[in-house]
Amino acid sequence: MGLLEKQDNPFESSNIVITGADTLLNWARLSSMWMMGFGLACCAIEMMAASASHYDIGRFGVIPRPSPRQSDVIIISGTVTLKMATRTKILYEQMPDPKYVISMGSCSNCGGPYWEHGYHVLKGVDRVIPVDVYVPGCPPRPEALLEGLIKVQEKVRKQSLAKTVV
Amino acid sequence: MTNTEIYDKLKSAFGEKIGEWHEQTGTEYMKRMSSYADVADSGYIRDVCLYLRDEPELGFDSLLLLSSLDNGDKTLSVTYHLESREKKQFIALKVTVPENNAVVPSVTDVWSHANWHEREAWDMMGIKFLGHPDMRRILLDEDWIGHPLRKEYKHPDFYRGMKVPY
Repeated sequence: MGLLEKQDNPFESSNIVITGADTLLNWARLSSMWMMGFGLACCAIEMMAASASHYDIGRFGVIPRPSPRQSDVIIISGTVTLKMATRTKILYEQMPDPKYVISMGSCSNCGGPYWEHGYHVLKGVDRVIPVDVYVPGCPPRPEALLEGLIKVQEKVRKQSLAKTVV
Repeated sequence: MTNTEIYDKLKSAFGEKIGEWHEQTGTEYMKRMSSYADVADSGYIRDVCLYLRDEPELGFDSLLLLSSLDNGDKTLSVTYHLESREKKQFIALKVTVPENNAVVPSVTDVWSHANWHEREAWDMMGIKFLGHPDMRRILLDEDWIGHPLRKEYKHPDFYRGMKVPY
């Protein structure tokens, strides 16, 4: 049974693939980036459109989860008000590591149209939680969100168990 | 009844406590919806509203909107848009109070849906409503300082440790 019995030619008739541990784990992780079902403003509408059949974010292995405990990625989809910022931070902290953040749209990137007179708006969600990918747009089209997701997947692909890749 | 007929009726019932009639220009719709009567004595607004609701031929059973306004000359205004759904007639009232003593009688016991409108006016503009059952902020958190729609309002530099200016 197994490799030992087939030392002469182990690849002859067995279903064997050789790969690195990092590659395998990263492939598994990036192919099942479960996202938190969490919408903040009008960008959430585009996020829903990206989840629906036409753009079908599910083909990248993204499944909306109703709990931060089961999520790998949180999409900050919309205006982060100061009141919501404290809640957003709590939700982020409730997610298990490794976790990723996509900042979607101008509001959560930098305050967007509220940058000057928005007394209630946090000028960029990166003031409370670390952001991996910024998706520009007001709101970004679903294609742009998919691009952002692919950027996160590229980031996951380059990570390693053995050493920290900056 | 037309707007001005309702105004005349109010004037004959309350005399000097009702101020001038402000006729708006524009389309018939704009004239009907945004012409308003000043209530000169702000302390009487609840009595005027009760009269408008209970007088059989007026029958104003609905408060469409209660909104607040900073006039920029150290006075604040509250506008009441009323509708009689049965008689299909409209009227708007306006009271003006000084900024340093912004207190208006509540109309919550006349139309219960004034409750949240008055809480919003308190939250955003800092107008206190006497006799309101639950005079708390409605949108901002309890620890917010100041009333952000006032003309002289200045952004705080920090809110709960988060930087607010851009």
